[in-house]
Amino acid sequence: MTALPADVTAAAAAATQAGRTRRGDGKAATGFMAPSMLGLLAFTAFPIVASLIIGFYNWPVIGSHTFIGLKNYQTLLTSNEFHTAILNTFVFVVLYVPLNIVISLGLAVWIGSKGIRFRGLYRTIFFIPAVTPVVANAAIFALILSPNGLIDSLMQTWFGVQAPNFLGSKTWAMPAVVLVSIWQGFGYNMLVFSAALDGIPTSLTEAAAIDGAGSIARFFRIVLPLITPSIFFAVVLTLISSFQVFTQAYVLTGGGPGNATTTMVVYLYEQGFQFYKMGLASAVAWVLFIIILVITVFQFIGQKRWVHYDQ
Amino acid sequence: MTNETSTVTAQPPMSAVPTLSADRRRPGSVRVTSVVSQILLSLVALLFLVPIIWMLLSALKPSAEVFTTPPTLFGSEVKFSNFVEAWNYLPFGRFILNTLFVAGIGTLITLVASAMSGYAFARLNFRFRGGLFVLYLSTLIVPQEVIVIPMFLVMQRLGWVNSYQALILPWAFTAFGTFLLRQFFLTIPRELEEAAKIDGCGHIRILTSIIIPISAPALAVLAVFTFISYWNSFLWPLIIINDTAKMTIPLGLDLFLGQQGQRWELLMAAATISMVPTVILVLALQKYLVRGIALSGLGGR
Repeated sequence: MTALPADVTAAAAAATQAGRTRRGDGKAATGFMAPSMLGLLAFTAFPIVASLIIGFYNWPVIGSHTFIGLKNYQTLLTSNEFHTAILNTFVFVVLYVPLNIVISLGLAVWIGSKGIRFRGLYRTIFFIPAVTPVVANAAIFALILSPNGLIDSLMQTWFGVQAPNFLGSKTWAMPAVVLVSIWQGFGYNMLVFSAALDGIPTSLTEAAAIDGAGSIARFFRIVLPLITPSIFFAVVLTLISSFQVFTQAYVLTGGGPGNATTTMVVYLYEQGFQFYKMGLASAVAWVLFIIILVITVFQFIGQKRWVHYDQ
Repeated sequence: MTNETSTVTAQPPMSAVPTLSADRRRPGSVRVTSVVSQILLSLVALLFLVPIIWMLLSALKPSAEVFTTPPTLFGSEVKFSNFVEAWNYLPFGRFILNTLFVAGIGTLITLVASAMSGYAFARLNFRFRGGLFVLYLSTLIVPQEVIVIPMFLVMQRLGWVNSYQALILPWAFTAFGTFLLRQFFLTIPRELEEAAKIDGCGHIRILTSIIIPISAPALAVLAVFTFISYWNSFLWPLIIINDTAKMTIPLGLDLFLGQQGQRWELLMAAATISMVPTVILVLALQKYLVRGIALSGLGGR
């Protein structure tokens, strides 16, 4: 689970300040913090450090491990398979993130627009696949997209032509993975945007309407700027999670055909848990982590240009 | 002005007299537009639900009629018995019980640990609190993939491969829960606790009898999302479990999918069963969802 709340820095600063004002609950604090701290140390902090170290070793599951310095990273740099995995991951991200944001924002605006009734019902419908098991979602699409599946048989019935074998085709496999991901993935962002849109005071848009702004102008000049913090937040989180795409690709195509849908995490899983190269797999994890970190930092730097925090 | 409003409504103005707002000018056409908009939106929602509907329909078909051209909504008979068969096939019933147990215990541990540390960060004064909080938050940006490899090696050394504790413990102590509850606890006025303090209540009493009852909505949101993420978790169980007796639902579905001579109707019945608990949770907690997601920053997973 990865989350990066937007007001993290502000909250942290407030915590530091409050901590300096008074002291004295040390004993109680030790007790209250103990379960969470021990758990976090054992199951998060320690593995993070261990993973960095393992990345510098040749570390098979059985047998002894040997220090090999940066060799794992060198192997990755020169591996065509890993290059393909990086490329596939970026293709996924570039297709998935903009589509997700546009669809989720579009539907949030549509559902929230004047005269639409049963808003809660629509929001719930579009949110359902976000909480059902990814494996179950992928299984449905495996059925629908397979030869003689729903899409193929509809095309044969209506147009007399066969549909491509989506999951068995190097051209179509990645779009199929993106399709499933979009279908199940935009519900969260739609709710984030719905909450933001609900928070816009109607007086603002009404005033603009009286001044003669049409609905399109009202949307781009007033509504959109007001919800840029939510858009920023959604883009950051969606990007982070999309670089980690695994289950859909693994279940639908197993990374294939060939390695057409082998993403970085599919590659990590193969190296670590099919070939048992723990050192190499750890190096993959750190490359992924660094890519995510760099992209996230750049977004935080770039947000000044387009995110409006003043209301 | 006229040009821009005409993009909203398809019909020509009923009168040439300009009035102040678009809505007051042509009430009739606005109503028509919103009816059209409502119908289109419903069609989009229906199209969106086609995969779910197709899953349900396929789950009720006889085995030989899952793939037909042209496709049919129903087979020659409606086989509710597929659900019974799916439950007993592989041991899918066992997978459900395993997942309920793992997700239930995991959620319980997460709630207790997060409430305690959230209380400490929100109400207690201790050294390094600010720094510790920053450290907590910084763990949130580390992807799960960085953690799973050393975790697997540790579990192996402990002999915990194929165990419930291996499924539960690694994900029960998240900084996320601590953060969410701390933020909520900070919004509770301190005056409520003052009386209890004067009566000599300790921190444990204050947490359990004052803070927690007030925080029920936040706890519910955390519980639901924790439960759902355990219920749907795939990568870690795939790594740590290979014994059928300990498998969770996503692993069971994947096993189903990979078997020779796939029984699609049973797989779809199993997929349907796997969706029931989380869908019920979402329907039951609809009201809190938008607020909970905005509050928690769970968007974009």
